[in-house]
Amino acid sequence: MASNLRALRRRIRSTKSTKKIFSAQELIAGARIVRAQARVEASKPYAREITRVLSALASSASLDHPLLTERQDARRAAVLVITSDRGFAGSYNVNVLRRTEELLSLLRQEGKEPVLYVVGRKGETYYSFRNRAVAETFTGFSEQPGYADAQRVGEQLIAAFTAGEDDDETGAGADGILGVDELHIVYTEFRSLLAQIPVAKRMAPLEVEEVEEFDYEREDRDSGVTAGTGDSGVPTSYEFEPSPDALLDALLPKYVTTRIFAAMLESAASESASRRRAMKSASDNAEELAKNLSRQANQARQAEITQEISEIVGGADALVSAGADD
Amino acid sequence: MATLHVELVAVERMIWSGEANMVVARTTEGELGVLPGHAPLLGQLAEGGIVTVRTVEGEDMVVAAHGGFLSVTDRGVSILAETAEISSEIDVERAREALRRAEEAGDDPDALAAARRAQSRLRAAGQDA
Repeated sequence: MASNLRALRRRIRSTKSTKKIFSAQELIAGARIVRAQARVEASKPYAREITRVLSALASSASLDHPLLTERQDARRAAVLVITSDRGFAGSYNVNVLRRTEELLSLLRQEGKEPVLYVVGRKGETYYSFRNRAVAETFTGFSEQPGYADAQRVGEQLIAAFTAGEDDDETGAGADGILGVDELHIVYTEFRSLLAQIPVAKRMAPLEVEEVEEFDYEREDRDSGVTAGTGDSGVPTSYEFEPSPDALLDALLPKYVTTRIFAAMLESAASESASRRRAMKSASDNAEELAKNLSRQANQARQAEITQEISEIVGGADALVSAGADD
Repeated sequence: MATLHVELVAVERMIWSGEANMVVARTTEGELGVLPGHAPLLGQLAEGGIVTVRTVEGEDMVVAAHGGFLSVTDRGVSILAETAEISSEIDVERAREALRRAEEAGDDPDALAAARRAQSRLRAAGQDA
């Protein structure tokens, strides 16, 4: 009985100390969300501007840039998965990885061999545990990604994509490097503090429809701002320095990198939101557990006291009755 | 007098936006000045280049822009850069330090790019590079 009480007390102590860890994590994650959200917002002007420049270019340059053209019989498709470095984030990684599996089986059905690129230690361990081949992993920045990180990832992917241009059925083409024909990205979109949704998108070949779609958005906005200038239906004719094609060459890789960066920022915000939620329920559970355990401990202590009293009373009774016999 | 609406946007944040009388930039093709009413233009900024914005207050704002584009439309000028710094925010000592380190690091492409960035930072800050 006494040992039981001691065991209970020990469990209460450890539950309480883990609860402290959970609530500290919750607070940290809470602070990070705010920062991450601010970074998502801060990166939007650039994304908007580069999209605008690109759509202006798209109407003038010839659209046969490798990043824009659909390849006949695409054989290999790169998939960039963005996961977190640390756990303690609830279902965040599970959801992203599940979405990835869906995309992978879809690609296989289409007869394309998926090539994995993984961001984040959790994704890395997921695939290495299952002995799945991963082309490249990038770790160490999932919570606070910088543009330099996105650049590193982007360079790798674009290099692989460029190398894939001359591949044929027999393997690597003239350049001897086995590249890829498509680029996909799977990341977690930050809708709100309560909803983060894993999404899969194709980055390359870029769909020109997409560019046009942005263009319409722009024109809608323009017509609101510069009502009266008249020529909203006619695309503005630009001067280019250097030539449109050279500009497109320089701009498209940056555009892809910008999209990777945006995805990383969204994922970082989602990761923190997910972590805060998970840590909140974990610390609530720990609280609950500690409460139940202390009730049990109180009961055990009460029972112990009762037993001691009845032993004393019993002992005294026995002494009294022994004395009466004298 | 008409003014130009200038937006200076880096990847991670919007750095500056406001009205200006003139923008001078160097594209890969050569030096270029933009006054209000300039024809629409898209240009790629020269590597390690600096952009000068003459604000309506008559001050020259010098910016070190790396990996950037210049877009002129009828609504204004936007300067897009991977990273950009306004001269008044540049820490000259740190830029010198970065330049020295990059030069010591030798010939690999990363070091050369870092050296170019440091040089343009120093130039923008009005120092010899």
